[in-house]
Amino acid sequence: MSFKTVERKPLSFAERTYVPQILGGLKTTFKKMVKPNETLEYPEARPTIPPGYRGVPTLVKDPNGREKCVSCQLCEFVCPPKAIRIKPGEIPADDPTAHVEKAPQEFDIDMLRCIYCGLCQEVCPEEAIWLQNVFSLSGYTREEMVNNKAKLYELGGTLPDDHYKWDKKKAAEEAGNGGH
Amino acid sequence: MIQPAQPELVTVFIDGQEIAVPKGTNVIEAARMVGTDVPHYCYHPKLSIAGNCRMCLIELGMPMTDRATREPIMDEATGKQKINWIPRPQIGCGTTVAPGMHVKTQSPMVKECREGVMEFLLINHPLDCPICDQAGECKLQEQATGYGRGYSRFIEQKNVKPKRTRLGPRVTLDDERCVLCSRCIRFTQEVAKDDVLGFVDRGSYSTLTCYPGKELENNYSLNTVDICPVGALTSTDFRFKMRVWFLKQTNSICPESSVGVNTVVWSREGVIYRITPRRNDEVNDTWMPDSGRVLYKEVQAENRLQPTGDPASDLLATATRLLQGGAVAVVGSGRSSLEEQFLTAKLARQLHAATFVVGRTGAGDGILISADRNPNTRGALVTGLISEVPGDLAALGREIDAGKVKTVVSVGEDLSAAGLTAEQLAKVAIVYLGSHANATSAAAQVVFPTLTVFEKSGSFINQQFRLQKFASAVPGLTGATDDRVVLDQLVTAVGGESAGSDLVSVWRELAAGIPGLADLTYAKIPDTGLLLADDTWSQLTFPEGESLHHQPAAAETTA
Ligand code: SF4
Ligand code: SF4
Ligand code: SF4
Ligand code: SF4
Ligand code: FES
Repeated sequence: MSFKTVERKPLSFAERTYVPQILGGLKTTFKKMVKPNETLEYPEARPTIPPGYRGVPTLVKDPNGREKCVSCQLCEFVCPPKAIRIKPGEIPADDPTAHVEKAPQEFDIDMLRCIYCGLCQEVCPEEAIWLQNVFSLSGYTREEMVNNKAKLYELGGTLPDDHYKWDKKKAAEEAGNGGH
Repeated sequence: MIQPAQPELVTVFIDGQEIAVPKGTNVIEAARMVGTDVPHYCYHPKLSIAGNCRMCLIELGMPMTDRATREPIMDEATGKQKINWIPRPQIGCGTTVAPGMHVKTQSPMVKECREGVMEFLLINHPLDCPICDQAGECKLQEQATGYGRGYSRFIEQKNVKPKRTRLGPRVTLDDERCVLCSRCIRFTQEVAKDDVLGFVDRGSYSTLTCYPGKELENNYSLNTVDICPVGALTSTDFRFKMRVWFLKQTNSICPESSVGVNTVVWSREGVIYRITPRRNDEVNDTWMPDSGRVLYKEVQAENRLQPTGDPASDLLATATRLLQGGAVAVVGSGRSSLEEQFLTAKLARQLHAATFVVGRTGAGDGILISADRNPNTRGALVTGLISEVPGDLAALGREIDAGKVKTVVSVGEDLSAAGLTAEQLAKVAIVYLGSHANATSAAAQVVFPTLTVFEKSGSFINQQFRLQKFASAVPGLTGATDDRVVLDQLVTAVGGESAGSDLVSVWRELAAGIPGLADLTYAKIPDTGLLLADDTWSQLTFPEGESLHHQPAAAETTA
């Protein structure tokens, strides 16, 4: 086995005093002391979530407060880990949105199963389910980790609507065929 | 068994493929035989041809002949007879095959026709698929995928029509979704013979309605929902309950009467959502009565017999003690499956007990409900449980009064409903096997909770002596036991030989013990049933009258 002896360069005087090195270190320290924080005091402080982030799936209402989900169960069908459970129901005839006919009676998303894939949002024909900015969920029991319909609407809130499909439908129904 | 006469065959060419089809077949059916689907809405194999939807347009040609000499005109290039293609498309449903006929189902013209028809159909069609019960089994959705444009060129206001109309107690109509195929109208005229539906108004305002002051309330109304190619007619019971793509389909037999309507039971995760007819051209065509469609509700009925909590071995021990006391009578059932009746008969033989079966009759409707409301009276005859057409239990009542019977085994039969008085019931010890609570189960010393027809597998023999099988659609109620298992345990408990209570073993015994069933197994029974020889019972008079595909023997001889 052969090895090579490397000649170590002798230290200069300044180097031997350590002073320039200490000053150099202190410079970095003082610079960081006055610079704004790069980290967040999580969980008290929370990051801003960029648009399009795929957080916890939620159900949303339109700006008129109508629940957008019509319980078509496409999301339940497409969800790869079968996290979604829906019990469809009929909207009572005296409800202002009775013309929509159908809405979920129960809507559960099991967040222990959800893989945040976003396929439910992708498939929804009513733009009713959105993966929004909630990214952290915790609970003490398995049951707590299942978001029910009330929780989903609480998390979802209201989103702008581009179509007002059902409002237009109702207006057309009220206008009748007179326009023809 | 009489073989049907061989139909006369006609050779036709579908997209160049040669096939011989029975004379009188139309082009849609002929294409189906070569595996080609000709999309259609108004055509239904069991209804008259209306030819109004124009979705089935095809190109048609006949071999060319010289008009004067009738000589075939040959194509020099190929050496074959030239084909004279009709320049305009023809409807496939209304075109009957003729010898040498050529059909194009995939040509550019045909495709263009389909796209045109689809565009017009979709002009006024609502964007309802997310809330429409037909989604997933909708012909319009399917054809829109194949021939739809994907967007609409129609910029005017869509038509509005009545939505959510109650057509009858079981059917809800959404007129906007109707494609005006008139299948439902033809069904009510031709099959249900209750002509209540029709179109009013013209053009795109055409609207399906019920005759004023009438309702679509006949007992076959839900068949209109089945045959409606779109979601216009929906079942009020099934409305908004579940999407069809989640449902598992199990072949079953309707236990409503001895017609033995072939059905499909649709369930998800052990819950049944609906029952629809299954096509069997020898029994029920594609129809079934509404009354048979709600029978699934008995699975989760309030009065379902729940296990008492006693260990099964205790129940069996008590039952055995009662049975070994002698003077036993066995009341079998025309509702039990063939396999259960066989085990019931075996139990009775082992106990030297007299056997009874409760007859159950009602008015037949001449279509798919017969007078004999036991689905398996013929099974009781074939298995030797009885040798006469069953009546009431008067004879059993007399024997109880005379003190000759001390213990009665009832396989699912409510003895008090069958005519025994409460005093007579009090005089005997009762061992009851059944799925639902009734006066007999209340009076019984031992109750074995058993399964409904939807939770077990077996077979029935219908009024034509057609052996038909049903399979379990949903798992049984927790704690309830299959009737076959209980009967087999009882047979063993009183000293009989058991060959096993599973279908394979019971069928081995059945095939060995009953001449008419030799060489048969459960698996060998075809989906559309197997006609058995009925000569042995030709002397008996059965209660059934004439119904769809059934002529009672007596009527046949006099006719
Ligand atoms: S994000 Fe994916 S996994 Fe989660 S509920 Fe939606 S479809 Fe299911
Ligand atoms: S896909 Fe949309 S409308 Fe359909 S059930 Fe899911 S959230 Fe509701
Ligand atoms: S009838 Fe068919 S195409 Fe029309 S809304 Fe219903 S599912 Fe959709
Ligand atoms: S309701 Fe259905 S079956 Fe009747 S005409 Fe309309 S589309 Fe055809
Ligand atoms: S199916 Fe032929 S015209 Fe409708």
